[in-house]
Amino acid sequence: MKDRKYRQILVLSGKGGTGKTTVSSALSKILSDKITIDCDVDAANLFLLLESETKSTSEFFGGKKSRINIDLCSRCGICESLCRFNAIDNFVIDSLSCEGCGLCYRACPNNAIEFETAKSGDLFKCKLEDMSDFYFGRLLPGEGNSGKMVSELKQMAAENIDDEIKWIIIDGPPGIGCPVTSSLSGTDFVILVTEPTESGIHDLKRIIQLINSFSIKCGILINKYNLNSAVTKEICRYAEGNNIPILGELPYDQKYVEAIKNNETIVEYDKNAKYEINKIWSKVESYMNI
Amino acid sequence: MLISIASGKGGTGKTTVAVSLAAAIPNSTYIDCDVEEPNGHLFLKPAIKEEKSVFKLLPSIDNGRCDQCGKCTEVCEFNALINLKSEIMLIKELCHSCGSCVYFCPSNAITETKIEIGRLRFGYSENDISFIDGILNIGEISAVPLINSIKENINSENVNIIDSPPGTSCSMVETVKDSDYCILVTESTPFGLNDLKLAIDVISKLAIPFGVIINKYDKTFIEMDSYLDSRGIDILGKIPFDKKLAELYSRGNIPLVNSEELRTVYRKIIEQISGNIERKLVNER
Repeated sequence: MKDRKYRQILVLSGKGGTGKTTVSSALSKILSDKITIDCDVDAANLFLLLESETKSTSEFFGGKKSRINIDLCSRCGICESLCRFNAIDNFVIDSLSCEGCGLCYRACPNNAIEFETAKSGDLFKCKLEDMSDFYFGRLLPGEGNSGKMVSELKQMAAENIDDEIKWIIIDGPPGIGCPVTSSLSGTDFVILVTEPTESGIHDLKRIIQLINSFSIKCGILINKYNLNSAVTKEICRYAEGNNIPILGELPYDQKYVEAIKNNETIVEYDKNAKYEINKIWSKVESYMNI
Repeated sequence: MLISIASGKGGTGKTTVAVSLAAAIPNSTYIDCDVEEPNGHLFLKPAIKEEKSVFKLLPSIDNGRCDQCGKCTEVCEFNALINLKSEIMLIKELCHSCGSCVYFCPSNAITETKIEIGRLRFGYSENDISFIDGILNIGEISAVPLINSIKENINSENVNIIDSPPGTSCSMVETVKDSDYCILVTESTPFGLNDLKLAIDVISKLAIPFGVIINKYDKTFIEMDSYLDSRGIDILGKIPFDKKLAELYSRGNIPLVNSEELRTVYRKIIEQISGNIERKLVNER
C-alpha cells in the first residue's frame, strides 16, 4: 500500500440493484476524514442521497470519433470494408458504434475522414454537507469509455486529496466489465453487497473470481437477508468455504425504501440501520488495520 | 421481431419481465445479452443443446519480420503497442482488436491470434421457449463483441425477447440498437426515475419506439407518474411490490407462472406492444 495514508474502499455487487448505493451513501454519512466517489458512471445515483453542492464541472473526452466529409468522399467503400465495429453504413459513420480506432481515417485514400476528440460526458466535483469532497461523472447517453471516465474521476480525487483523508469510499458499477476493472485499480478492500436470490449468488461468485484475480481483500454484506433464509445460508457457506468474511446483514425493510424515496441515507432514517452500518464498518476497519 | 428489455438502473426487474414475456408468448425466443452477469438461465432452466466459443483477435508480431519501425504503435489509438526498440510489446488489456496495426504494418509482420472471450449457449426450456445467452469470461473487459455475436445468431422471423445489461453505455446500446420496440423497466424510487430518464435519452437518440413498465409500483411516489404523464410516455403496466413475488424470484421461479393477476398484467402489456409494433410497421411502409 505504498506510503499513501488513505485506504480505498470499493462497494461492488456484480448484480445491479442489490444495494450498493444504499451502503455507499450510509458509509459516506457515518465517516469523517473521507472523500466519496460515485464510479457508476452509467447511472450515477449517489448524488440523490448525499446532499451536495457542485463546486466545479469539467468536460470529459473519452476518445476520438470519425466523421466522413461527404464532399471529399469518392464512395470507394474502403472504410466500410475495414471497420470492424459495423459503424459505417452507406458512407455515414454512426458515432455511437464508432470505436475511435482511426483505421478508416488513416486508410481513406481521399483524406475524406475527419477524426477528432469528442466530448463524451461531464465530471463533477462537489462538497458534501460535512464539507468533504464528493466526485461523480455523467456519460452522455449511449457513450462508451466508462472505464476511462472512472479512471479520470479517481485521478481527479487523488490530485485533490490532503493528508487528513483516511478513506476513499467508492460506489462501484454493476457487472464485471471495464468500469468495474477500472474501479478495482488501487482498491484496498471490496465490500460486496449481495442479496439472497439465485441471481444474487450467481453474480456474487463471478465478481469474487474477478476480485481474486486482482488479489484484493473483500468481505460480503448480505442485504435483504430475510428475503430467503435458505439462500442466505448458502451465501454464508460459500463465504466460509472461500475464506471471505461476512461483514454483516441488513434486512429487507420498507423503511429503507422510504428513506431512499425521501432522498435520505438509511443511517439518517433508522437507528437500527445506523447501528448495523457502524458494526459493518468497524469490521472493514479491522481488516485494514491502520 | 426484436423486443428489448432495458432499464438504466440494475435490479429493477428486466430479467423478471423478459422471462415472463417469453413464458407468455408462445414460441418466443429469450435472449440474454447481459453477458457480464447473465441470469435468465436461472429462471428458464433451459436444456443446453449447443455451446459456441466467441473469440477476439489479438495481434501477434513476427519478430523475424518486424524491423521495429514503430508504425503500429503510431496508428494504435489505444496505446496497446509499445516500441521497446528491441521489440514491439503488446498490452493485451488495452487492445480493441480494431486491426489497424495489421493493416498498416509495412513488413507484414503482424498476424492475429484468436482468444476466447466467452461462450454462447443455445437451448430450449419448458413451453418451447428457445433460449440463447452469452457468458463473458471473467477478466474480459469488453462485452460488446460477445453481444454482437449473440445478435448474429438471432432469427428475426421469431418473436425475440432480448434482456439487456443495465446502464446506458456501449453494451446497452449494442443490445437495443436494432430493436423494433424497447420496454424500459423502472421502479418507484428516485434512483429508478433518474436512471429511467437516462435510458429514455438513449432510446430516443436511437429512435426506437418504447414504453415503460413500473415495477415495485408505489403510487405514493408521484414523481414517477407525473414525469411519464408530462412527457406523454406510454405506461405499459404497473406491477405492485409484493414480498411473495420477491420470494418466488429469489428461488429462481418466474412469478407470473403462479399468479393469475400477473398473467392479466402481462396479457395487457403484450396487447399494447403488439399494437405499437404494428403501427410502427405500417408507418415504415
